[in-house]
Amino acid sequence: MTAEAPISLQANDFQLFDIPEQFKVDSALISQRWKALQAQTHPDNFVAADAATKRLAMQWSVRVNEAYQRLRLPISRGAYLSELRGAPINAEDNTAMPAAFLMQQMAWREALDDAQGDLSELEDLADQTRTVKGEWLSIAEQAFDRDGDTAVAVGAIRALMFIERFSKDVNQQIDALTDATNP
Amino acid sequence: MALLQISEPGQSPDPHQRRIAVGIDLGTTHSLVASVRNGVAECLPDTSGRVLLPSVVRYTGEGSGRTIGYDALSGEAADPANTIASVKRLMGRVRADVHNVDNLPYRVVDTAGMASVDTRAGEKSPVEISAEILATLRFRAEDSFDDDLFGAVITVPAYFDDAQRQATKDAAQLAGINVLRLINEPTAAAIAYGLDQHSEGLFAVYDLGGGTFDISILRLTEGVFEVLATGGDSALGGDDYDRALAHIALTQGLGAQAPTPEALSAEDKASLYAAARRCKEALSGDAVQSATLACPLEVGDLHIEITREAFAAATSALTQRTVQAVRRALRDAELENDGIEGVVMVGGSTRMPVVRDAVAKLFGKAPLTNLNPDEVVALGAAIQANQLAGNHSGDALLLLDVIPLSLGIETMGGLVERIVPRNSTIPTARAQDFTTFKDGQTALALHVVQGERDLVADCRSLARFELRGIPPMAAGVARIRVSFTVDADGMLQVDAVETGSGVKAHIDVKPSYGLSDDQIADMLRDSYATAEQDIQARAVVEARVDAQRMVLATQSALDADGDLLSSADRAHIDALMVQLKGVEHSNDAAYIEAQTKALADATEPFAAARMNRGITQALAGKNLNAV
Repeated sequence: MTAEAPISLQANDFQLFDIPEQFKVDSALISQRWKALQAQTHPDNFVAADAATKRLAMQWSVRVNEAYQRLRLPISRGAYLSELRGAPINAEDNTAMPAAFLMQQMAWREALDDAQGDLSELEDLADQTRTVKGEWLSIAEQAFDRDGDTAVAVGAIRALMFIERFSKDVNQQIDALTDATNP
Repeated sequence: MALLQISEPGQSPDPHQRRIAVGIDLGTTHSLVASVRNGVAECLPDTSGRVLLPSVVRYTGEGSGRTIGYDALSGEAADPANTIASVKRLMGRVRADVHNVDNLPYRVVDTAGMASVDTRAGEKSPVEISAEILATLRFRAEDSFDDDLFGAVITVPAYFDDAQRQATKDAAQLAGINVLRLINEPTAAAIAYGLDQHSEGLFAVYDLGGGTFDISILRLTEGVFEVLATGGDSALGGDDYDRALAHIALTQGLGAQAPTPEALSAEDKASLYAAARRCKEALSGDAVQSATLACPLEVGDLHIEITREAFAAATSALTQRTVQAVRRALRDAELENDGIEGVVMVGGSTRMPVVRDAVAKLFGKAPLTNLNPDEVVALGAAIQANQLAGNHSGDALLLLDVIPLSLGIETMGGLVERIVPRNSTIPTARAQDFTTFKDGQTALALHVVQGERDLVADCRSLARFELRGIPPMAAGVARIRVSFTVDADGMLQVDAVETGSGVKAHIDVKPSYGLSDDQIADMLRDSYATAEQDIQARAVVEARVDAQRMVLATQSALDADGDLLSSADRAHIDALMVQLKGVEHSNDAAYIEAQTKALADATEPFAAARMNRGITQALAGKNLNAV
């Protein structure tokens, strides 16, 4: 048996997609690789194949989807990269954050409470969240890809997780409001 | 069981001997079968030239015992209690879950697993009734081609949950159909539409059928159909518009003391709904401003004019429910409605101007209606069936679909822990760790649910199973990893393992609503479609077919990638193939199966090497053109 390539189901997401192991990614390339890999592995290609091939196709197709899901979004990609670099995020066990960041979070929560039912205030809040998210994304990229400072990078990913949760709450209120006002 | 046609060993199959593969749209009000002939997908007509088969089965108590389609429909008014229409609404449901169940002209009762209909021929499950419709379409296809069917792609509403999908698969099995794949109706429509129009970009498919509503948002790029989000309501369709119209017609025609439609006799209900449907269809005509709703009833004859405005007012709440589902799907796809290239309309109910107007207003552009909304789903399924059966020779198309509803596990306090979020691309697998609640707890009750709500009580229960034999430990110490696997049909399997001790439990999510293999076997024994075949003979035939499939699959793998094998491995596989061909005609099912398994085991490393080669080529960009 001569295997042509060393790729295995155990390869990490970056190896599987054959992209550099870093935070900054080319989204279009990821999406293209995902489709190319699915074109090879998707169970639809193996409807008439033997059971072993079918099982293998299912495993690979699942693995490719898993990697794509993780690589596609910055937070899951960052958390995965932290783990690869030996510094897992441990989001549940470790919630300590810098005081300034926590102050900002509290201010936002208050603003969200005050904005009840006011669409333009909610939209303002959503814009602010987006800006701060962008700042933390650059911090993460700088730390992961240029400074190689995993501790700073991990802090940035955890901050992004907080921001993500908050912006979900904001969007939920905006949705509720637009559903009610768009009969 | 359809037998495969196989050419002489070592030779490629005759290119003219195509496998007969069809697409079937099993609809609430009517069903269709389509196939690709000479490169073009077309719906297959019955002997009278009609492509639609009304999804109606009437148990007559005479002759073969039942009539199906137009014959059944014509008996509906006279014999409503034994004429089953819209059975799709009952699939995978218990009685309490069926919307408007008291309003149906036939009697729905609870039986083991799911609701059934009490007819003069006894209790009939929705699976059996659907199987009658599917078998009729299967015979239509086999007569059209004068050949056995290799397999079918069957469409289901995107919003169907696991129980409803399983029921559909069971019905197909009962009808003797090899299911190549279940695909979602809006996705099928997108295939037919996208290939027909050579479209690229973001599309919304708005699919309002007789009893179900789906919305899917897709990205089309070079033969790849990527579903970004899907949503809908599996109990909302044209039938509900008929009922709303019937309701106002009664009040308008008989005054304040008019009974509700629910209070009418079965015969009156059937004729009133039929009249409402005719009136609705008349109102959908070009520039029609009003239409007559006329029907004789025991409680007094109805003869009234219904205006477009009155119809719109009576049904606006229904249309509004679809609009909200569209908005949610757009949010899930993280899109604004102005990024949408086109909106494809599917399902007969999208002929209603009230629906078209609402969709045009929502997206700010006129919806696309150039393909027949009744046929487009079956046509797309036929194109996919043709490809899955290996008949297709041109550029491959790739479907990347999603699950419509989140899947999770019940945790303490009746809360749901989501494990697979909705709109995850399938196939997918996700796992999460759980632990014990009490000291010394040795068993864990797992309750699998589907839905978006946080409370178990608000979600659909799919299955319950237990993990037993956990070594006693302090509360919170055991680590129980629960893994969910969703295959390309959107069907779920759940595994649980205690990682310290290795104690395992596994369930195919099936027994809650689906039928057990024994029940299927019983039904097959009784069924008309396979009455002559006895189960034993069937097992031999199936073993032979599997053996032939294995030989064929191995041969084509060797032809394509035989160079991956060392000469010793090649010789071993060749020897096993010769051996398997030698027992193909044996009457001993177990023996054939053992030989098939021997070849399967021997080719497993070869299959892995082939998959690796494919992946390497994908990354090297060699196959990018095919994507």
